[in-house]
Amino acid sequence: MIRSELIQKIADENPHLYQRDVERIVNTVFEEVTDAMARGDRVELRGFGAFSVKKRDARVGRNPRTGETVQVEEKCVPFFKTGKLLRDRLNGKA
Amino acid sequence: MGDNTLTRMDLSEAVFREVGLSRNESAQLVESVLNHMSDALVRGEQVKISSFGTFSVRDKTARVGRNPKTGEEVPIQPRRVLTFRPSHLMKDRVAVGNRK
Repeated sequence: MIRSELIQKIADENPHLYQRDVERIVNTVFEEVTDAMARGDRVELRGFGAFSVKKRDARVGRNPRTGETVQVEEKCVPFFKTGKLLRDRLNGKA
Repeated sequence: MGDNTLTRMDLSEAVFREVGLSRNESAQLVESVLNHMSDALVRGEQVKISSFGTFSVRDKTARVGRNPKTGEEVPIQPRRVLTFRPSHLMKDRVAVGNRK
């Protein structure tokens, strides 16, 4: 399923809404999650999962092509942990 | 770096501000988004949200695990797990936003 299919499903269920508004609604949900993580905040969606930010320490990396060593700076990366209900549903337990 | 936790309430508040719907309907729409994504994943589909990321379901085979506290061996059954791969855009925004 891709973004446009998700928008279509929600538009089909809500015939009283303009397609344009459904697009804005779906985009807002994802935008809010990304914005929160860009601020260093967590997003906890019970049953679905939680988005958080993890810190990766600085390290000495290597250019795999040339073998040259490069200093990689400390950085923050997005992380997702699946919620209990969804994990159970994936395994046919709920 | 912020250390707030956002919930469904914050997402529906954002939808409420963005589109002129009631708070109640905004909350229901946020729930629909999550439900449709979950249902697709449970069916084994990948969920690909451009410029956000990709959720995919992977099959794990059975293996022997160990209780780290007691050292006891426990069988781990084959199971399905969900992985999320953030898009480059999300990675960049998170890296830039949290830079010291």
